Amino acid sequence: MNDAPQQVAEPPSLGKLFWVFLVMGATSLGGGVVAYLRTGLVVRHRWLDDLAFVELLSISQTLPGLNATNMSILVGDRLRGGMGALVATLGMCLPGAILMTGAAFAYGIGGDDPWSKAFLHGIAAGAVGLILVVMVQLGAKVLKTPADYLFVAATAAAVAFFKVSVPIALLVAGAVAIWWHRPRDRTPR
Amino acid sequence: MKQLWDLAGVFSYLSLLTIGGGMAAFPELKELTVNTYHWVTFPELLHFYSLGQLSPGPNMMMVASIGAVVGHIPGAVVALVAFFLPTGLLTFAVGRLWTHLATWRWRPAIQTGLGSVAVGLVLAGAIIMGIGAITDIFYGAIGLAVFLLLWRTKINPAYPIVASGLIGMGMHYLGLS
Repeated sequence: MNDAPQQVAEPPSLGKLFWVFLVMGATSLGGGVVAYLRTGLVVRHRWLDDLAFVELLSISQTLPGLNATNMSILVGDRLRGGMGALVATLGMCLPGAILMTGAAFAYGIGGDDPWSKAFLHGIAAGAVGLILVVMVQLGAKVLKTPADYLFVAATAAAVAFFKVSVPIALLVAGAVAIWWHRPRDRTPR
Repeated sequence: MKQLWDLAGVFSYLSLLTIGGGMAAFPELKELTVNTYHWVTFPELLHFYSLGQLSPGPNMMMVASIGAVVGHIPGAVVALVAFFLPTGLLTFAVGRLWTHLATWRWRPAIQTGLGSVAVGLVLAGAIIMGIGAITDIFYGAIGLAVFLLLWRTKINPAYPIVASGLIGMGMHYLGLS
């Protein structure tokens, strides 16, 4: 980031906020909404500086919920309060929601066609590759000690192979992992 | 009417499992929508999930598809609201408390600890999805190719996903699947 403090613009009106999130919700193809958010909010409209953006992103990633919607809520609230959070989230979700509802009806009409089945089977296989990339990128950020890899393997094996339900895995593995990283007194650093 | 309540219950529960992203909820999504409620078959779930990767915006808008299959437009609305409201309210509240939490000494521990469990849940989702989608070596090759391409380049994921679908159609044409 550059030396000069970033100039932050006036907060937008609710209508403008909705419109900008609607456009991002309609154009952020192929996942990676965070990159679109930064371009729109920090670079183009300068409603936030990078420091605030990274701070809100770290809240989004800590809490349950999707990054895209959590960011819409936090940015909307920061700029225009509760109503801002609502219109930003609606704008972000509407285009995809309408498309995927439409997809369900289209699927009901054409889903049994062997050609669309072949297409969908192909993208399902591709999506497995996409999810593994997401996992590798997420892992590169959060996995710090060899024990963390053990937590990953244990959680995945318990849920995928031993049919342990996700809340139980989350509670048990989560508690052990949090305890492992517990704050220690008298840290030398 | 009962189905709308079921949708609301299932998706608000799934909402709370989306730690580290929507994929973390996939194992439980499959269990509930396929095995418990029989709203969709496993292949249908995979198809909607994969289509959702092609749609703009948040990557779990496919919950609207399942809602629509069960209860048409009202079903889609109920599924969406249920899926986003619980975590949305939590995020809203925590966002306002954040300045107090920023210096809390357990926060890094929770962030790192839950982070590794979240990666584990995403891996579990990928395994369960792979069992359904990678039915032979050709589909394995598609998944591997997409993985390597996205890992090594900065290409927009929509292109290799669409290409995977076209390859699937090509394999159908050649009688390979």
